[in-house]
Amino acid sequence: MQASIQLPDDPKLRYLLRIGDTCLILAQRLGEWCGHGPIIEEDIALSNMALDLIGQARGVLTLAGDQCPQDYDEDQLAFLREERDYLNATMAELPRGDFAFTVLRNLMLATWLKLSWERLRESQDSELAAIAAKALKEARYHQQHAADWLVRLGDGTAESRRRVEAALAQLWPYAAELFEADAVDAAAVASGLGPSVAQLREPWLAEISAVFGEVNLPLPAEGRFRSTGRQGVHSEHMGYILAEMQHLQRAFPGGAW
Amino acid sequence: MSNDQATKTEWPLWEVFVRTKAGLDHKHCGSLHAADPKMALQMAREVYTRRQEGSSIWVVRSDQIIASDPGDKDMFFDPMEDKVYRHPTFYKLPDAVDHM
Repeated sequence: MQASIQLPDDPKLRYLLRIGDTCLILAQRLGEWCGHGPIIEEDIALSNMALDLIGQARGVLTLAGDQCPQDYDEDQLAFLREERDYLNATMAELPRGDFAFTVLRNLMLATWLKLSWERLRESQDSELAAIAAKALKEARYHQQHAADWLVRLGDGTAESRRRVEAALAQLWPYAAELFEADAVDAAAVASGLGPSVAQLREPWLAEISAVFGEVNLPLPAEGRFRSTGRQGVHSEHMGYILAEMQHLQRAFPGGAW
Repeated sequence: MSNDQATKTEWPLWEVFVRTKAGLDHKHCGSLHAADPKMALQMAREVYTRRQEGSSIWVVRSDQIIASDPGDKDMFFDPMEDKVYRHPTFYKLPDAVDHM
């Protein structure tokens, strides 16, 4: 059994993991659709998006590994951390739900990632800027794909509408966390690494309400609940997803295809 | 898909044509189901250009294609069998003309 790796306490590392882990965990959830999509074409589309996100996670986690004195590689970071050392937004780890839930979560996170990548293209870290430039094209497509489906479902049958509304009620409380800035964000702004997530809130709300507006879906009010995945404190679902992701690397250290 | 009942329960079929690079022609590469043109294009992108095969995609409703009847094959195509003179193989090409 392979032991867990230890991470240094470094704001740049944390900033990178918050992005990379959100891509990684969302990819894992999307991968669960493989073989279960509502139609074969959409099955392939969801898997393609999962692979895009894995690619983004690989880039960011490799860069994150370079910040560690132990010079961890992407696999060590992806598979050998303790739960508390994963810094993805909680929204990404929620169970995959039905298709409406998946579409709405993709829309929310793809929009968030797209806005992040747009700004990260200007990063002082040239490697991160290069990852962002490539990822942005993918995120734009993911956003468009999800927006398209949200409109179809929101404007579809009574059943599809009901499912969209249920998904929104379930997901909305987890959106607030996406824009909760702290010292990690402040350090990133100060060093020119990237934007504070607080700066993404207004453009995110504008883009999301534009899509919702097409199907007369009102933005829910913001509640007091705050999820804390980006602090490393996760929902009860995280342990299960990590068990599934990690068991091969833990049982067969360094195992590769 | 002219059958009303079928349209209600199943998305129409689309034929997909992909152009690999500018200047080349769009080649038929398969078909898929989609609800409308926009979705058909997106799905074609997902299904048929995953390995960088494309720089442009056409989709067309399969029921919009007028196809020859396989039963007419003899009548349509066999008469050409003995007309080799229609092939441009009886000319000597000047050396300056490459790539024919």
